[in-house]
Formats: sequence, structure tokens, C-alpha cells
Amino acid sequence: MNNRTPLYETHVASGARMVPFGGWDMPVQYTNGIIHEVRHARSDVGIFDVSHMARMEFSGRDAGRFLDTVLSVRASRLEHGQARYHVICDENGGIIDDAIVYDLETDRYLLIVNAGNADTVRAWLSSQMNRFCESGDVDIDRKDTTDDIAMIAVQGPSAVAMVDSLTDGEASKIDRFHAGEVTIDGERILASRTGYTGEDGFEIMFDSSHSAEIWRLLVDSGATECGLGARDVLRLEAGLMLHGSDMTVENNPYEAGLRWTVRPNRPEYIAGEALRNIRDTGTPRRIAGLAMLSRGIARHGHTILSDDQEVGVVTSGTFSPMLNQAIAMGYIDIAHADIGNAVQVNVRGRMVDAEVVKLPFYRRED
Amino acid sequence: MYPDDLRYSSEHEWARLEDVGSVEVGITHYAQDTLGDVVFVELPEVGSEVGQFDKFGEIESVKAVSDLYSPVSGTVTEVNDKLEQSPELVNADPYGEGWMMKVALDDPSELESLMDSETYTGTLE
Repeated sequence: MNNRTPLYETHVASGARMVPFGGWDMPVQYTNGIIHEVRHARSDVGIFDVSHMARMEFSGRDAGRFLDTVLSVRASRLEHGQARYHVICDENGGIIDDAIVYDLETDRYLLIVNAGNADTVRAWLSSQMNRFCESGDVDIDRKDTTDDIAMIAVQGPSAVAMVDSLTDGEASKIDRFHAGEVTIDGERILASRTGYTGEDGFEIMFDSSHSAEIWRLLVDSGATECGLGARDVLRLEAGLMLHGSDMTVENNPYEAGLRWTVRPNRPEYIAGEALRNIRDTGTPRRIAGLAMLSRGIARHGHTILSDDQEVGVVTSGTFSPMLNQAIAMGYIDIAHADIGNAVQVNVRGRMVDAEVVKLPFYRRED
Repeated sequence: MYPDDLRYSSEHEWARLEDVGSVEVGITHYAQDTLGDVVFVELPEVGSEVGQFDKFGEIESVKAVSDLYSPVSGTVTEVNDKLEQSPELVNADPYGEGWMMKVALDDPSELESLMDSETYTGTLE
């Protein structure tokens, strides 16, 4: 049987359609449908149960030094409360997962990874930690908090104001890509100004026993319940990658458009040498955005062609309610990946014209 | 949810006898609800031939794409052009404004091989 988040019963009571995802039963949509949910997250506030994402804490004198060896950024240089998006690579520079690392306080870090990769990441970090500890007197402890802590994403142009009103104005003092403790309804909550929608907002984390009340409080404040379907449309419009679809361990961060998350010139970093080589050699393909010019949605695995030659493959595709157009991402040979380039996508045997466009497809107005 | 005056296929299409020898065709409430928000509907050319239970088009929602199967054999006499601009009509009104095509029947007895409302509803449980 799949895992259930502490909000499972709440979703069912709200009329959600539950689907298996990454080992969890999750809501794909509620009663009004994906497009309704997307529009509300873009115009007001949407809330998403993201409790399925795996959370682990690293503590101890050497925790930061260890994370520096396995993450693509230097965790030990973060300031307290700061969060960084990054990738976890193997020794060859292949992407095991993308993740966010937080410096919670001195010698205490939080790492949040994808639900579907949780076991792989845990095993990888365990083996690396064993190796790290061979060096002798090492003080580091790891604790998985996934089952104890619920996590809700509150996203949209009015999300900060909504969380602010529930926290006596504490939430808006937290900067982008930072987290801080606030109080909602008497409960202590870690509010992280991050998300996966391209909108401003928070991902809030708190003791899972309070999840139903806090979800209800947000709904009563006017938030629209959103499922995985809307989440996928929103992240794709925002040009955000989904591990397992847009990148796997077969991809490196340079071709995946994640060069900005990688600090390879560090002697302690286990993927440093491999990534420097990839960076210096260049990659033959890279991730690109596609706008579909006629009817049909390009989906994962569809072939991208130019003059009848295969030049790439689609990794994600959907219909964008904001652009009223089908959009997609995929890997395209460098020679064909320039913005404005005309290509075709083989959509179940039908050639659909598409144009290479700049990512993200949608950017919020600040 | 499943009007009594329609005939239903196991592929979740319906047929409504309009006048002798001609039916209107669409997808059921169950089909549109399962698909979710419909964003594209690909319909056949007027004048083309369709076979019973053969593919006549495609319907794509945000989540997934499905083939459309004709509940009857015959010649397509009309298609619902409104679905090109407003595919969401399939969700909003699957038995009315969300209709898909009209077919001149080759063999009116084919309707007998389709299910009535009660039988179809039974298959959904």
C-alpha cells in the first residue's frame, strides 16, 4: 500500500481524486479541475499538500562540511535561515535528485528531496556519509523527519498577504529563499519563502498532528485547494524542472539548464572533477522550451524533428492555461536549440509545428 | 448524468437518434469527468466514413489523451466546429453543446448493440 500524508482524509473529504505518486496516494485534482486550480494559484492563492516530499536533518559539528562534499553548493557557507536550490550528483556528474538545503541554525541543516527519489537519495547519502566518517573523529547525525512534519505550499500573488494575516505580520519579514519560525493558530511553524509554481509564497512545515486544522484555516482564508495536476502545469509554465521527467541520473546539470546551481571548483566536492570536465567540454544537447504552434500536446518521450531528422526528445508537456497554448520542454541538439528555431514534434504520428522559446514560459509580474 | 434517450458504448461514447437514419455522437459524463479539463478535440472531416467502434478522433485533456470511438458506422454529416475554440463545452455540457459529430447510419440496427442508460450506469459501478 502507498504512503498517506497526514492530510489524506482532508483531501478525500474535499472530493479530491487520489492517484499514486512516488509511493504516495496524492490528490491529482479537486472537484473544479486543474485549469480552475491553476488560474486561482496565478490570480490569488493556491495551497498544495507537499508532505510527501522527503525531509532529513543533518546536525553536528561536521554536518556542513559533509554536505559540502555531496551537494552542488557549499552548504557550510549559508547564513542562518538561508535556503539554496541545488542538485545532488553522483561521481560522474549525473543528477540523482534536485533538492533544497536550509541552514536552520549553527550545525543544523534541513534537506528536502523529491518523494519518488527519497530511497535512492537516502542510500546514496548513507554510503557517502560512511565514507566521510572513515576519516576519523567525525560528529554528524542524520534524522528523517518526513513522517513527523507536514508541509503545505501556499502560492500565488496573495499568498504572502494571507500567511502574513495568520502570523501577525511575521511572515512577510522572511526574504525569498529564506526560512524563519512563525506562529499560526498557536502552533510553531517553519515558513520557507520558496515554491514550485513561479509565484511568490511559502512552504510551511509544522508538526503533522495540526495539519487538518491549518489546511482548513487556509481554505477558510480563501485559498484554493490544488492537486498534483495543477502543480505540474504551474511548474512547467514557470520553466521548473521535474526530476524523473526532465532529468535523471543520465543527465548532467549543464545540459539540464542548471549550471547556476553548481559550484564545481571545490576540492571537497565528489562530483567536482566530472562536472568541470563536462563544463569545459560542453554538452551536445540542452534543455529548451517549446511552444506548440497548432493543436496537440507534446508529451514525455515524443520525438523532436528538424527536416525529418531526429534532433531531440520531449521530457514534459502540457496545456498552459495562462498562454492558452500547449507548451513543452525537452532536450535538443545544440545546433537546433536556438531561441526562435522551428522544429516539429511527432505527436502520436502527427507532425506538430513548434518553436524553440525562452524559459520560463510564464513569469510573474513583481 | 446518463439520459434515458441515449444509447451508450463501453468506450463511453453516446449516440442520440435524431431522425430516422441519423445520430448525434458525443462522450459521456463519466468520460469527461475522468479526462478532466478538455483542451483539444480532433474531429473527422465531414463526408468521411466511420466504422462502429473504430477510432474517429482524439480528445486531449491537461492530463492525458484518448482516442474517440464511434458507436455507429456511417458517414459523417456534420461536426461540432465550436469545440475548436471552446473544447471545455465537452466538460460543461457533454450531452448538449459538447456534442461531437452527426452520422448518417449505415445500419440502424447497430443501435441495438449499444447499451441503454441503466445498463451503462451499471458498468460504471
